[in-house]
Amino acid sequence: MVAPTTPAEIGGIGHSLQRKEDARLIEGQGNFLDDIDLPNTLHMAILRSPLAHARINGIDSEAAMALDGVLAVVTGDLMDQHGLAWMPTLSGDTQAVLATDKVRYQGQEVAAVIATDPYIATDALELIEVDYEELPPITTPQQSLEEGAALIRDEKEGQTDNLAYTWETGDQGATEEAFAKADRVVTLETHYPRSHPAPLETCGIVADINSVTGQATIYMTSQAPHAHRTLFAMVAGLPEQNIRIVSPDIGGGFGNKVPIYPGYVVATAASLLIGQPVKWVESRTENLISTGFARDYYMKGELAVTDEGRILGLRVNMLSDQGAFYSDAQPTQFRAGLFHVVTGSYDFPAAHIDCKGAFTNKAPGGVAYRCSFRITEASYLIERLVQNAAYEVGIDPAEMRLRNFIQPEQFPYETATGFVYDSGDYPTALRTAMDEVGYEDLRREQAEARAEGRLIGIGIAHFTEAVGAGPSRTYDIAGLKMIDSAELRVHPTGKAILKLGVKTQGQGHETTFAQIVAEVLGIPANDIKVEHGDTNHTPYGLGTYASRSTPVGGAATAVVARKLADKSKKIAAHLLEAADEDIELASGVFSVAGSPDRSVTIQDVALAAYTNLPEGMEYGLEDVTYYDPPNLTYPYGSYIVVVEVDPDTGVWQVQRMVALDDCGVRINPMIVEGQICGGLTEGFAMSAMQWITFDEDGNCIGANFMDYLVPTAWETPRFELLATEVPSPHHPIGAKGVGESATVGSPAAFVNAVIDAVAHLGVRNIDMPVLPDRVWAAIEEAS
Amino acid sequence: MEVNITINGSEHASDVEPRTLLVDHIRRTVGLTGTHVGCDTTSCGACTVLMDGTPVKACTVLAAQADGSEVTTVEGLKGADGLHPIQSAFTDDHGLQCGFCTPGMMLVGASLIAENPDPSDDEVRWAISGNLCRCTGYINIVKAIQTAAARVAESSNGS
Amino acid sequence: MFPSRFDLVVAQTVAEAVEAKVDAGEGGRFLAGGQSLIPMMKMRVAFPETLIDINRIGGLDAIERANGHLRVGALVRHADVVASDATFGAVASAAPWVADPLVRNRGTMCGSVAHCDPEGDWNSVLFATGADVIAQGPGGERSISIADFVDGAFTSTLGEEELVVGLRIPVPSGRSGGAYLKLERKIGDYATVAVASHLELDDSGAISAAGLALTSVNPINTKVGDAEALMVGQQPSEELFAEAAELAAAAAEPRDDVRGTAAWKRQVVRTYTKRGLAAAAQQAEGS
Ligand SMILES: Cc1cc2nc3c(=O)[nH]c(=O)nc-3n(C[C@H](O)[C@H](O)[C@H](O)COP(=O)(O)OP(=O)(O)OC[C@H]3O[C@@H](n4cnc5c(N)ncnc54)[C@H](O)[C@@H]3O)c2cc1C
Ligand code: FES
Ligand code: FES
Repeated sequence: MVAPTTPAEIGGIGHSLQRKEDARLIEGQGNFLDDIDLPNTLHMAILRSPLAHARINGIDSEAAMALDGVLAVVTGDLMDQHGLAWMPTLSGDTQAVLATDKVRYQGQEVAAVIATDPYIATDALELIEVDYEELPPITTPQQSLEEGAALIRDEKEGQTDNLAYTWETGDQGATEEAFAKADRVVTLETHYPRSHPAPLETCGIVADINSVTGQATIYMTSQAPHAHRTLFAMVAGLPEQNIRIVSPDIGGGFGNKVPIYPGYVVATAASLLIGQPVKWVESRTENLISTGFARDYYMKGELAVTDEGRILGLRVNMLSDQGAFYSDAQPTQFRAGLFHVVTGSYDFPAAHIDCKGAFTNKAPGGVAYRCSFRITEASYLIERLVQNAAYEVGIDPAEMRLRNFIQPEQFPYETATGFVYDSGDYPTALRTAMDEVGYEDLRREQAEARAEGRLIGIGIAHFTEAVGAGPSRTYDIAGLKMIDSAELRVHPTGKAILKLGVKTQGQGHETTFAQIVAEVLGIPANDIKVEHGDTNHTPYGLGTYASRSTPVGGAATAVVARKLADKSKKIAAHLLEAADEDIELASGVFSVAGSPDRSVTIQDVALAAYTNLPEGMEYGLEDVTYYDPPNLTYPYGSYIVVVEVDPDTGVWQVQRMVALDDCGVRINPMIVEGQICGGLTEGFAMSAMQWITFDEDGNCIGANFMDYLVPTAWETPRFELLATEVPSPHHPIGAKGVGESATVGSPAAFVNAVIDAVAHLGVRNIDMPVLPDRVWAAIEEAS
Repeated sequence: MEVNITINGSEHASDVEPRTLLVDHIRRTVGLTGTHVGCDTTSCGACTVLMDGTPVKACTVLAAQADGSEVTTVEGLKGADGLHPIQSAFTDDHGLQCGFCTPGMMLVGASLIAENPDPSDDEVRWAISGNLCRCTGYINIVKAIQTAAARVAESSNGS
Repeated sequence: MFPSRFDLVVAQTVAEAVEAKVDAGEGGRFLAGGQSLIPMMKMRVAFPETLIDINRIGGLDAIERANGHLRVGALVRHADVVASDATFGAVASAAPWVADPLVRNRGTMCGSVAHCDPEGDWNSVLFATGADVIAQGPGGERSISIADFVDGAFTSTLGEEELVVGLRIPVPSGRSGGAYLKLERKIGDYATVAVASHLELDDSGAISAAGLALTSVNPINTKVGDAEALMVGQQPSEELFAEAAELAAAAAEPRDDVRGTAAWKRQVVRTYTKRGLAAAAQQAEGS
């Protein structure tokens, strides 16, 4: 890895600087949403539907209203009077805020109680009587699209079936041709089950609307405060200058805190009507049953391959379960997010992808859970397919990949679906990981173990991610271009404030973004305060998700710092009485080329910016940059997992997990590794235990942490991390983003490992989560 | 009903409803918000406090049950001579990301190393298995607890 | 999230607790560790009108051997069982796998027994070891064999006004061993399948007493009497345990659910019975 160019006191790029945000968090002085305690705050609790599909014939809230401490019971009818019973989703659909006509999933918002105390608000929920008329629930997208299926979205004009969207990309003709030339076609049908980001802190809001001034201060767990302000202005009709969104310390987001949820709208409306602050904090159950599900893709992939193991083409049919409302948070142009990155790390000419989504009686969501818009599903499918293709062709899965990789000299490489990968060296990455794990030896051990009746499996995934949305020509959400910003102000004493459009949820922005500035200007990172999350105090941006902070916000930071470096050089030239072009800047020292003893520091320059300027220059040392990335960045990695499967029970244990990540330049290696370990854990979780399913009545199974299984330290494997560092050629500092890579890439590695343990029996698929009963049944069936 | 709880060394007498959960009492009545709530099924440990030295989930203890006991929250970890070794180790080893699970993790860690001066990787993982973290993958939490143990052992050997 | 309203009585003695229960009638409920009851109240699936907190009663927190028994008081927490030197076999083996470390610091063994959750671990251990439950009511103390105590899912034969004050688990005098093998999906999860086994050997090495019980595969914890009877008098062997495992599998009537299929759960019963008995035999032979 590249050595840092700044000394440790400055702490620029490449230093594993300790995090600045830790000081408050380790002393219990963080300021999370529920910690905000404004005078006269009222508390909201939401009544949710126990049924998956039912008509509402009436709501009786009299008894609830009569309870001491209850101020209001809000129903859909009341919201409707203010034009707020429905709201737009991020995918151009509408979603019920409080149900007026029907409930369309278990857990849907039906009414809300506003009370002086959260205990009382909860008491009141039990006193509300709702007259439901049960309707048959639809719990799978296959069922939903059957002829004659009951119409879920009967309120939607022009909607005559349960189809949420269709979308197609790639070149069908070329793909058919490729398949015609293939020696064999390898097919995999698999379900990527419904999952949930479940950050440890649930979602919440404190809406504080001053009825006299009209000032709306809204504290919310938001990964995208600026975008949320604009959406609030558009949905609630509040003047945008009067809306201030403050996203305080956030206890993890992972995509869960990107959408606007009905609870936010109701709490805001209630504060507006009552004139007091209203707080709503989801319970974990509410979080899991109603907000932000992810995945739920039924995928059929076909690879056209030759007998030599060359891939010629890929065909994918995908059906997604969207729940009752189509609300994926994703770029407008793409109806299935970035699922079409499904060609992965491989060089082949043709692909065709055909997607459709169906409404079902389940919660809406479709959030990018630690994922760049559906790229997780894509990466999973291609890595599973390639592994299976290797078995069919009869070559080693590693060799299969090496034969088909995009080669280092092919970058920039345009894929069959139109992505232009920026840089990479895939063969080196895979070979490095193989060396570390001792691949050849492991294959020998596997064979020996098999002879003794033991089942060992080795699974590989080599993923390529596409992150950092994105270039304005292609990427927008609800019309807002996916640019991002940074504003940098250096004060007379040489200390600085950096304000960001992106928003940390634990990724360490307060540290890493300061390091970018430190790298460019040489101001010690610890002298740079990073602000984010408050729309009144930061420049506009689309927020933090899809690993876009470093690629977009980080780029903006580097660019704005460079702008100040340019101005600083002029000031330094003035102070040193030298020509502008003779000034060199290194680690905060400006010196004259050829005479290094003539120098001033960035601190001298900062003071001069307010006291002693060259003729005609404007005072101050500050600037703002809005960065429109020229392309996405493409981090990648090679993961190898070794498992042992108990043939008697199907229980599997991870023996080893080697993870090589290349995310370009690493700003703070310690933080990068922390992100990777977290992501690998979530990948393991999804492959092994973490999912949300439903029974045939549409009851959510996975509605709390007893049923939605988040691994503890005990189950979580130990990880061995490796790195290569091929910079992004178009990013100002060569960084690519890493927050999600491991979650995107690792599920296939875990699943491939289990499949590999039983592949000799003919097993080619076990759906996630790879539960022991599924493994055991697969073994039984095969033998 | 009247309850009297010593929290981080100072006594707090208050009138609470019997149903008040200890975590809500600490957060809302006493106003110490470092103790968090992450679930409703006693699963996550974000609410962990020490009750008479033993880590418990404060969302599943009534405030009334803590009457007369000594409770330590994250705010009480720091001593007169600065941060508790577990706190500095969490920073040094990058044992936290969003910081939501951190108070609970540190309290469990502190109570573990008070009993076991040299816990193995497995022993630490076992001890924190009632606490969930969604960010870190636990590796650095385990490391931080071991670092803290080593530092405590070193300073007590030295003295 | 939050329990509904109730009155709280803090009992200082067993007599006070029993009296409070008599006074409270049907709406009264004892509060021990609270690790089952409080979550149920927060989910609003339990709404006691009166809670009688027994945590301050003196003398109920001992776990010790006396007169050939392991005696466990009503305020012995799961963590105390883990830490105790007085335990043996299946009791010692099960304790660390109950709930999670923090829940174990509050939850009590007796509370778990009284709760009769079919997914609870302790009642299987009590079945395998042949334990008695000691109850005290207005009429005094009585001892109930675990087989008579467990009545169904979440129901026991404990009288409305009785408090479980302790457990009495016979400690084998000769060579013995036991194991509790639990398949759980993660720490803090209830058993998907668990098997408690207990073996005692006579001087010839033959099995003189056997206990086998299953968790989570029937509406209540299940003692596998026919397998126990089969093993008594026999020498421990792989074949014998395989036969016992078939009987255990036959005694299990699990359901298909999110944890897995019934067929697979039965297979796990079979496997864990074999492995548990082998571990118990090995422990007994080495004792
Ligand atoms: C996250 C989590 C995971 C868990 N996992 C497991 C597990 O894997 N295996 C397992 O076995 N258990 C598990 N439990 C339950 C735990 O073991 C409880 O501690 C136990 O079931 C109840 O004991 P308690 O002392 O907490 O009783 P309480 O919750 O106080 O009471 C439970 C019931 O028993 C009654 N009761 C309690 N004590 C007495 C008494 N002395 N006499 C008469 N009635 C009494 C109460 O009135 C109440 O109805 C788990 C709990 C949680 C929160
Ligand atoms: S909040 Fe207490 S365990 Fe989750
Ligand atoms: S650091 Fe975020 S949950 Fe642990």
